[in-house]
Amino acid sequence: MQETDTKLLASALPNLPAEIQTAILAVEEFKGETTITIRKENLRTVIQFLKTDPNFRFDVMMDLFAMDYLKYNSPQPERFAVVYYLVSLFQTRRVRIKVFVSEDELVVDSIHDLYKAANWFEREAWDLYGIVFNGHPNLVRILCHNEFVGHPLRKDYPSDQYQRLKSAVPSEGL
Amino acid sequence: MSEHSLTVSSTEADLKNVAFTTRLEDFINWGRKNSLWPLPFGTACCAIEYMATVGSHYDVSRFGAEVVRFSPRQADCLLVLGTVVEKMGPVLKQVYDQMLEPKWVIAVGVCASSGGFYRAYHVMQGIDNIIPVDVYVPGCPPTPEGIIFGMLKLQEKITKGGIVRARDRYKIAR
Repeated sequence: MQETDTKLLASALPNLPAEIQTAILAVEEFKGETTITIRKENLRTVIQFLKTDPNFRFDVMMDLFAMDYLKYNSPQPERFAVVYYLVSLFQTRRVRIKVFVSEDELVVDSIHDLYKAANWFEREAWDLYGIVFNGHPNLVRILCHNEFVGHPLRKDYPSDQYQRLKSAVPSEGL
Repeated sequence: MSEHSLTVSSTEADLKNVAFTTRLEDFINWGRKNSLWPLPFGTACCAIEYMATVGSHYDVSRFGAEVVRFSPRQADCLLVLGTVVEKMGPVLKQVYDQMLEPKWVIAVGVCASSGGFYRAYHVMQGIDNIIPVDVYVPGCPPTPEGIIFGMLKLQEKITKGGIVRARDRYKIAR
């Protein structure tokens, strides 16, 4: 069942609009999971399409996170990547969207207006990896304290480098 | 009381049946140690162990410490149960400051005591960085017996400690 599902998605690819097809760099199938790597410039177009197209209807954003491939065991196109997990309740299927982000231009378009859930996830990815989400309404730290310097989940951040909070006042807001 | 009993001349032996003498300090501490009102500051699995401690099987009310309060103004024994991250520090400090004297703190589990196995960018390396701690309970998480033992140790400390005044505690804390 799972296998036919993923094949369905793969077979749907040639019928996609041209602008979506050109945005797709690679489609991988692994153990019934589909990963689509897309161009950074077309991120919003593709996600908007997957969300609204009546054949796909990926209406839930399950997860959004960043990756740092600095010390990865196989070479990757860029150092960073942002990964989106979309779920279609209509198809009962998931898809993983991947965008590579270069170290020189750490900017990705925000999708907070497409999926409200993306708001805090994008803040988290900014806080921990330093990836800027273009168009985000409130891109401030969410997990680390306000005086934190750097982005702790980057592979070049020393794993034991602890940063004291000097302020004795609880942080305002979320 | 009848008129008859009032007129009986009381010898020293009779007096022992109706009264006993003690020092005021000991009497106050006896009351304090047997009616600790805990405030659980639960942030991790230690708080789950504390639930078992309060439950009927382990039954911490045998030691007079079952009136769990969720307002710092009604409690005198702060139990820090779990990992405290640096960002949470000011919150914990505020909760401690809001408690009325006399007050005691038990650091339950290795995270609250020393940061535990979190030696990374975010976890405070022991809550004694910001508030004075009376008893440390080891374990990850400690068993309910361990938490009860910690409470008994605190009772011992209260018995021996004399009446510690607020200004002295602050001197210790600084």
